[in-house]
Amino acid sequence: MKLVFERSRAGRGTAYFPPLDVPAWTPETPLREQPPRLAELPETEVDRHYTELAKQTYGVNDGFYPLGSCTMKYNPKINEDMAALPGFTGLHPLQPEHTVQGALKVLADTEKYLCEITGMDAMTLQPAAGAHGEFTGLLLIKAYHKSRGDEMRTKIIVPDSAHGTNPASASMAGFEVISIDSDERGFVNLEELKKAVGPDTAGLMLTNPNTVGLFDPQILEITRIVHEAGGLCYYDGANLNAVMGIARPGDMGFDVVHLNLHKTFSTPHGGGGPGSGPSGCKAFLAQFLPGVRAVDGTLTRAEHSIGDVRSFYGNFLVVVKALTYILSIGASGVPKTAANAVLNANYMKEKLKDLYPMAFDHVCMHEFVMSLEQMKKDTGVTAMDIAKALLDGGIHPPTMYFPLIVHEALMVEPTETETKETLDEVIDLFRKVYEEAIAHPETMAEKPEHTPIRRPDEVQAARNPIIRYAFED
Amino acid sequence: MNFPKDLQYTRTHEWIRYEGESAYIGITDYAQDQLGDLVFVNLPEVGDEVMAGEPFGDVESVKAVSDINAPVTGVVEEANEALADTPEAMNEDPYEAWLIKVGEISATVDLMDAEAYEAFVAEEG
Repeated sequence: MKLVFERSRAGRGTAYFPPLDVPAWTPETPLREQPPRLAELPETEVDRHYTELAKQTYGVNDGFYPLGSCTMKYNPKINEDMAALPGFTGLHPLQPEHTVQGALKVLADTEKYLCEITGMDAMTLQPAAGAHGEFTGLLLIKAYHKSRGDEMRTKIIVPDSAHGTNPASASMAGFEVISIDSDERGFVNLEELKKAVGPDTAGLMLTNPNTVGLFDPQILEITRIVHEAGGLCYYDGANLNAVMGIARPGDMGFDVVHLNLHKTFSTPHGGGGPGSGPSGCKAFLAQFLPGVRAVDGTLTRAEHSIGDVRSFYGNFLVVVKALTYILSIGASGVPKTAANAVLNANYMKEKLKDLYPMAFDHVCMHEFVMSLEQMKKDTGVTAMDIAKALLDGGIHPPTMYFPLIVHEALMVEPTETETKETLDEVIDLFRKVYEEAIAHPETMAEKPEHTPIRRPDEVQAARNPIIRYAFED
Repeated sequence: MNFPKDLQYTRTHEWIRYEGESAYIGITDYAQDQLGDLVFVNLPEVGDEVMAGEPFGDVESVKAVSDINAPVTGVVEEANEALADTPEAMNEDPYEAWLIKVGEISATVDLMDAEAYEAFVAEEG
């Protein structure tokens, strides 16, 4: 397709600006030396450009999107309706408090419900994404140890199955990362953990259920070991969808959590974001929270706040959408959502496991991991080839090559918003692709055959990325 | 899969080749095959100290980023900066595409000869 700059012609455009009704003023020395090079198109062309782009992409609105560890659930339209209310969209962040009591109630109620769901006592809604929430939570842990004069605690323990953002966030926050191995069941290796903790332990980062989709039954023992060594426990909320309303990180012994509203709480994820990654904590850490919190109709800053991690109140309209979701499904809907997510994942796993070897064949939580290692050895067909072939079936492929502890991994997270009929169709598709890979392995490198773009050259894209338009002059 | 006889190998899939008092270090054919097409490499600087069994750099493929562990404790004498522009050399000829040359070697992890490493890979893979 043509790029928007290729459609552009000088002088074309659509202007709906009202007549100027204030005195015109231009600064004597403009801040920029040259005008920005914007595309000039009439509205029809703009509309067609975006429609053409939309046809080439794929989202939850197009079909099944089982991207593991991403919780690509459906985003209810009522969320958008609430976030579009003029009382919210017309707000200015510096308006006097008495004029924004509704918005403050949104902040306070969201914090209250999210604390109830996680078993935390206070939460900041400022972080704009999951990793940002992790970074914020780690700064709370750092502030805590510093406040007690315990500056020897410089290490964060992370299991080898963790999301890559965990070690990255810990490094960003100035900690040294200690990686510990998982045991053969995919759980935290308690002996390794006991060896790793000590007077230099600042904390442990963990997601439970873990990245292979299993709930670690040793969780109370794990958090006890870390606490006894003087460290704090951090819960990565990436997989909360499996347990929300059923088990609470706060009751498992965690001191700090982050949530992904764009995963668990049905706000748009990916290109449609923006995200929101609130960080919650137990009462003894609340004094360090960043930003301002709405308490009794007033914005208040914590006594020993670590400062701001983002401007004002974070992505406020995303918070509105998440609150809408919580209120729509209600107290009974929260655990039911988790139960359906787990049921859907187990249904797919049981229907696929005779063909696709499961990395860990236990009852899973909201997602499961298959390993195509044997297929690669026998036929040369890789997890990547299978994922690409699934595109031809009109679905989004699962997460590939994650977690790193499973070779040739495909990680499937169907979410609760898919019907049994959809799951059955997708199971058929997975089975067909598998059979084709066994019967005609030589054809698999050519997949997909029917998508607008077939196989992008990932290697070339990584080595020599072209990330902006090259104008001719 | 290629396992040259004149090299020694680690359990984390690095090779080491001694030359006088120094040694060249790289990743094995099995490692590059598992990682897939490599697109970036991070190397230490000349004069940096590397510790036996500890990461000294990392390589990134289209799949993932992986640490590279030092088979020996020593000081970096040379880093193969050319790999920054041609990371594909590690895929094409992993035993020529050395990453670093280390001197002042004081400690070593348990190393395998080609035969033992081949058996180790067969078992692991």
